[in-house]
Amino acid sequence: MTIHTPHGLLDAVGAVPEGPEGLIVEATDVHKYFGRLHVLRGVNLTVNRREVLVLIGPSGSGKTTFLRCINHLERIQQGRIRVNGQLIGYREEGDKLVEDRERNIAAQRSQIGFVFQRFNLFPHLTALENIMEAPIRVRGLPEDEAREMGLKLLERVGLAAKETTYPQQLSGGQQQRVAIARALAMRPALILFDEPTSALDPEMIGEVLDVMKELAHEGMTMIVVSHEMGFAREVGDRVVMMDEGVIIEEGTPEGLFSNPREERTQAFLSKIL
Amino acid sequence: MGHSVTKRPRPATLLVGAVLLLVLAGCQSRATGQYVYDWSIFWDSVVRPSPRILNGIWLTVTIAVISQLIGIVLGVFGALGRLARFRPARYLANFYVWIFRGTPLLVQIMFLYYGLLVTHIYSWPDLTLMGITLPSVIQAGIFALGVNEGAYMSEIVRAGILSVDPGQLEAARSLGMTYPMAMRRIVLPQAARVVVPPLGNEFNNMLKTTSLLFLLAVPELFVTFSQLNGSGPTSFHPFELFLACALWFLLLTTIWSLIQARIEKRLARGTGTGAEQGPSMRTRLFHGFGGGR
Repeated sequence: MTIHTPHGLLDAVGAVPEGPEGLIVEATDVHKYFGRLHVLRGVNLTVNRREVLVLIGPSGSGKTTFLRCINHLERIQQGRIRVNGQLIGYREEGDKLVEDRERNIAAQRSQIGFVFQRFNLFPHLTALENIMEAPIRVRGLPEDEAREMGLKLLERVGLAAKETTYPQQLSGGQQQRVAIARALAMRPALILFDEPTSALDPEMIGEVLDVMKELAHEGMTMIVVSHEMGFAREVGDRVVMMDEGVIIEEGTPEGLFSNPREERTQAFLSKIL
Repeated sequence: MGHSVTKRPRPATLLVGAVLLLVLAGCQSRATGQYVYDWSIFWDSVVRPSPRILNGIWLTVTIAVISQLIGIVLGVFGALGRLARFRPARYLANFYVWIFRGTPLLVQIMFLYYGLLVTHIYSWPDLTLMGITLPSVIQAGIFALGVNEGAYMSEIVRAGILSVDPGQLEAARSLGMTYPMAMRRIVLPQAARVVVPPLGNEFNNMLKTTSLLFLLAVPELFVTFSQLNGSGPTSFHPFELFLACALWFLLLTTIWSLIQARIEKRLARGTGTGAEQGPSMRTRLFHGFGGGR
């Protein structure tokens, strides 16, 4: 098998984010309850355009939940999340939050890519159809253009020959690369990655990280929940440590990994490094 | 999921059964010596069915197909209603399923035709479309069967939807699809795989349940044979007539089970079992489920 280097991912969808520098995500005092369980206890976080932010923390710390709140896969009970200046999932009425209309939320989500731990490819559609579906249905792209873009994306994540293959005939690493291509096809302003490599066999982690690194180099804004320290060191701009529903520490990968200030960060890092 | 639930009866089994029945019949006849068989009635209605019988078969099949289609459509809406976040939709769907699963179909048929007729709430008109007249009783019958079936299909479709990984809906929504779009394009097609085997069962039942329309004197298969038994040259030969009638029903349900097997094979696409090109069910059962791809 030849080693494939991903390239030109953003070029394939005809979108190189040349937007102004500045904030793309602003979360202020985000609280979230599952019933009586208080899982997010006031999260404050800002992410800059073209930044790669790595979110770490022990399981149950709320990092995945927070990520899911950013595209309103989870509701929040207090606080505000803005993406591109737009309040996500809610309208403000006075100082109350009222859940927005389905159609508006869907439009917001179409700007925010999401890559799941368990891929969640559509099993009844081929790899190519998985990529084409949303651009055609949501963006209203003509089928031939969607096909052309889909083929380009598959080629650039190293799956040129797999267009007619169904997800379950693909390996985990291949499925996750299709999932990234599927998210990219919507030309998102940022992509959220929820532990994208933790459901993979060890030998497949590299091929997925390669695609993510290439995306980072091309200037995609990314929030990545992951414990891949190598990835964080190589392309991460900032590492954020969460514990018990709040952010307890943040810094550059180098700084945070070698000189963690908080005891809980030290304890956590000593377990995973 | 790709395998067929309905088991086809083998022709040999059928033949043995038929012979046994005949032998049994012979013994019975010698013992009592009263009933005089007229086997030509049996053979004629099986091998050379009269236009009347053919019409009965045609009616049974059309009524069953249309009622089942109505049932599927109502079932999809019923299931979506029961799963809806919007409360009134949920209440309405629950109420519908509660009523039509909780009362006998027999009663529903009587009520929906005669009950509505005598009170002038609604009397079914005879419709003529493109030169074909659809009598009121057939419309009422199809309506009753369809609405009743919809209640059962609601439960089947609901189970199908619930069987789809919630991650599928999340993935669809994360790509910007609205709930209805995600349901139509992503969830329902996957639910269909789970729904088809029990749906096949339902249609098998439907083919036979059409005979309840004897209440409205709809001349389908059963009523036709009842009438043949009731008057004319074949009157009072229930043994031969209903044996023939049963054979016709059996033929219909057998043909359906063959069709169903083909549908299930097609739906197995992308399930990873590779039912279209992979090893047969028999191979997989006897040589183990091979891993790998």
